[in-house]
Amino acid sequence: MSDSTPHGLHEGPAVGQDEWVARHAERTLLRGGPLGTLEQRLRRVPWWAWLILFIAAFSLLPVFEQSGYVRRVSFDTVLYMLLALGLNVVVGWGGLLDLGYVAFYGIGAYAYALLDSDKFGIHLPTLVAVPLIVAIGAIVGLLLGLPSRRLTGDYLAIVTLFFLQLFQTITTNGDSINGHNVTGGPNGILRVDPLHLFGHDLAVQHGGVFAVSYLYVALGVFAIVFVALRYVNESRTGRAWRSLREDPLAAEAMGMPVNWLKLLSFGFGAAVAALTGTLFASLSASVFPLTFYFVLLITVYTMVILGGSGSQAGVVAGALIVGPMLEVLRDASKSRVVFFVALVGGLVLFSRRSRGLGIVALATLAVGFALHAILGAIDSSWIAGEHQGGFAGVVDHWVVAPAHLARWIQPASYIGLIAVVLLVTLVQGRLRLVLLVPTLYLAAFVWENVMLAKPEPARYIVLGLMLIALMILRPNGLLGERRVEII
Amino acid sequence: MPALLELRGVSLSFGGLHVAEGEVVSVIGPNGAGKTTLFNLITGIYHPDAGDIALDGESILGLQPHVISKRGVSRTFQTLRLFLNMSVKENVMAAAYGHTRAGVFRSMLRTPGMRREEREIERLAQERLAFFGKRLMGYRWDQPAYSLSYANRRRLEIARATATNPRILLLDEPAAGMNPAETHEMTELIGELRTEGGYTILVIEHDMHVVEGISDRVVALDHGVKIAEGSFDAVATNEKVIEAYLGLQAAATTK
Repeated sequence: MSDSTPHGLHEGPAVGQDEWVARHAERTLLRGGPLGTLEQRLRRVPWWAWLILFIAAFSLLPVFEQSGYVRRVSFDTVLYMLLALGLNVVVGWGGLLDLGYVAFYGIGAYAYALLDSDKFGIHLPTLVAVPLIVAIGAIVGLLLGLPSRRLTGDYLAIVTLFFLQLFQTITTNGDSINGHNVTGGPNGILRVDPLHLFGHDLAVQHGGVFAVSYLYVALGVFAIVFVALRYVNESRTGRAWRSLREDPLAAEAMGMPVNWLKLLSFGFGAAVAALTGTLFASLSASVFPLTFYFVLLITVYTMVILGGSGSQAGVVAGALIVGPMLEVLRDASKSRVVFFVALVGGLVLFSRRSRGLGIVALATLAVGFALHAILGAIDSSWIAGEHQGGFAGVVDHWVVAPAHLARWIQPASYIGLIAVVLLVTLVQGRLRLVLLVPTLYLAAFVWENVMLAKPEPARYIVLGLMLIALMILRPNGLLGERRVEII
Repeated sequence: MPALLELRGVSLSFGGLHVAEGEVVSVIGPNGAGKTTLFNLITGIYHPDAGDIALDGESILGLQPHVISKRGVSRTFQTLRLFLNMSVKENVMAAAYGHTRAGVFRSMLRTPGMRREEREIERLAQERLAFFGKRLMGYRWDQPAYSLSYANRRRLEIARATATNPRILLLDEPAAGMNPAETHEMTELIGELRTEGGYTILVIEHDMHVVEGISDRVVALDHGVKIAEGSFDAVATNEKVIEAYLGLQAAATTK
């Protein structure tokens, strides 16, 4: 038994033996065939090799892609990855629900803007300013942790949320603190210095295009933060954080100072966020209060949860997916592709369990084309709100777009969609399959006629749908470890 | 014999309890007698309204639980409180926190001193797990604690408790939920913890065979009051003790 291969399915312990039972979870997660073998091989690659590979691949991106837009999106994605790594310390390891997290990002950005701009005429060298700001971030994090150290769960969430609101209020009204203009109020702080490294300024633009230097600086910072946090997690402090997440009382009884460890995890998260804030401010050359608010908070949380809270690789993957995805969804024609791919993908995933779903998909298509043809023949205004060409053209021959009903179509289709979705969840068997046809068609209808007209909420709705689907399929996120709850 | 652990006039009217170095003392009593409360008082989770608790002559009253753990008091929990989503080895390694030093900056830089300490912590964990024979060895080290059987979870909790390098171990019903063979094994193990591990042990146990097998002294509690103390035979035949237990039994049968 001792010489059995760790993943051998046939040479392992006999069925029902202790070891067989203990390895049940491991086995069910394993895939057979060449894909399974590949997966096992890949698992043996050490984390630092993945990191080097990832950084190398990312660094090559600007070589192949010259557009300033793509470079800027890449830079923002690296910032998201950093923010996700920092939040992972607090939420994933410490198990503390910190809803004030982006305030620390704001503190970092504002601190840099105050210490390196014409606002007060202070221009600290980058290599002095950045460490100073990281320290400030960590200290403010510790201070926030101080009154909240006895709080957990919902209570902690509320206190930290209040802190985010406090940050908003101060920065928005900071243009007249005792008559002094400190934060510039809603107008923010402008003309912030670029980073100044090795004797010269890092220009944001280079020949009118976004300069790559910032991307490389951000990637370097990301690598350092990733490794530093990894090492902390693999130390006694990291083990203590995870113990605290699992069972604070037992951790305390086993000699771990729980209150201090909570403060420490807050401090670490805050320091990473503040560091990321300096990168943001130096690149944007300006800071405004509303950048650091709920939308960003929700986005970073989505990344952490989608990727797998607690896993560094997971939260980075989450940022890599969500960051660019939000950009793609800005464009109606691209977001439409994402929507329909997600719709079909969802059906395919579920139809593994029931063959009827394949028929449903075909039926939905048929119903759509038929409805489109019939209604279009009766009155052309039923299909008047259409777009032209390509993928959109195909969809347009399927989904009706009644221009003459535009006024009441929005509330009616929403209510209708909610009603059929409710019905689908209530009924069972064949009836459910039959009801899926109008549900899918109505979903496409709502998307085409309502959502596309409002891309801003639409992209968050798509993101939310992705998150719901993933939570059903993989409750612990893409790369998260399987976890049990303490009962 | 000088007392390693001493409770004086603690207000749940225990009336006092002392445990000498190297001794194994059992606490018995019906459910709700205050046995676990006693453990919570000693480990600083509860604070007594009056009285004093001293470890090796020094008061540990009012100290935070992690400080008390560092002073040398470690415990297991009746309701099993493992770090379920951490590996078996990590559960034990985590408990070495109190007597190790590497700070976050040294950890981030992975200094030679920090790495040496990590190796020591790992060796300590392996040694503590090896105490249980083959039960918690080999492939089990990297398994999450939730994959362990109930009996192994109890063993892991003891291994974790010993990793804090305690002087006195408080075991809260170590044989609960075990079958007769496992109970017998646990009885022997507690003996080994004393002889080989050198720990002083205060144990709460309902199984009278275990109590008989391990105890130098037995303390019986009922409603937070110490009703008897002495050798197993003396306490087991004590009238008040029998009454406390029989009374409970009578109540149970009339239901």
